[in-house]
Amino acid sequence: MNIISSAIIPIIVIFIIFYGYRKKINIYDSFLKGAKEGLVSTFNIFPSLLAMVFAINIFLKSNFIEFALGFLKPLFNFLKIPLEILPMAILRPISGSSSLAIMNNLFASFGPDSLIGRLASVIQGCTDTTFYVMALYFGSVKIIKTRYALKAGLFADLCGIVSAFVVVKIFFG
Amino acid sequence: MINILWGVLIVIGIVYSFVTGNITTINNEIILSSKSALDMILEMLPILVLWMGLMKIAEESGLLKKLANLFYPILSKLFPSLPKGNPALGYIASNVAVNMMGLGSAATPFGLKAMEEMQKINPDKKCATEAMITFLVLNTSGITLIPTTVISLRLLNGSANLTEIVLPSIIATTIASIGGLTLDYLIRRKNR
Repeated sequence: MNIISSAIIPIIVIFIIFYGYRKKINIYDSFLKGAKEGLVSTFNIFPSLLAMVFAINIFLKSNFIEFALGFLKPLFNFLKIPLEILPMAILRPISGSSSLAIMNNLFASFGPDSLIGRLASVIQGCTDTTFYVMALYFGSVKIIKTRYALKAGLFADLCGIVSAFVVVKIFFG
Repeated sequence: MINILWGVLIVIGIVYSFVTGNITTINNEIILSSKSALDMILEMLPILVLWMGLMKIAEESGLLKKLANLFYPILSKLFPSLPKGNPALGYIASNVAVNMMGLGSAATPFGLKAMEEMQKINPDKKCATEAMITFLVLNTSGITLIPTTVISLRLLNGSANLTEIVLPSIIATTIASIGGLTLDYLIRRKNR
């Protein structure tokens, strides 16, 4: 599995170069042209990324989440879902780096092969960070009105996280 | 919606930390968060520049168009508003393919190029198009066949069975994508 995933990128690179050669285009010029565009894109992303990091970090550091989680505890107890996984499930769509950090802590304290460890793995693996993806993609083309994008993105996350719980229960009992 | 949410996150964060007497942390965070955003962008910059360069070769050699046409039968169902032969379709296909391999950071440049192409045919440059939102849903639900980061962290923490979570993850991510795309489709149909 590891060899396959480390071979993919080199293969893509050589394929692109080879194809460019065969079509007789000036690959070096094309590369530089594209790279310059890449610089502009990165430049365009920065404001929206900063805005997102700013709001999310303030929110996370205030520990409001822990307070808010108190209201969800009865529901989780009722569903017999371990409470330790709760912060991760909530944070997954908001901040990729914090959910990753929580997952690592859960692995360290409960082990990756525990119910909690498996739940954390599947939650981390099944969705991406909606807020970050939105800031990145819409920021890069300066879209301000995002319409129903957040709603649809978060709904996908919700589906993923709920099914993570169900699937882990089914698979590992 | 993001407008309201952005403000709400900041206001809740600051007010709550005043209430709990945690204001020094927030004060530091206001200063530090801009720094961590800069770190993030600096980490991303070289990858973006490199891949956007390589992708320009793929674009100008016609490779991308070929890829777009190959996946057109599937993609046209998801993105009915994108005309056949539009380069955005090629970028979307590449983005999804690389994401599936669990190479998220290499997928981002393809995604940004897809957005750029979709923006070119957007009549209102400030407003997201339907195709853009569908693409976003596809990305946030992150269809990953090999969750590389999770597997490597499991390895570090001494898991006895690294890949036992792969199949459950694929099922969950598929349900996430189907759920998101269904809601997206329903909203699109209602707006018509």
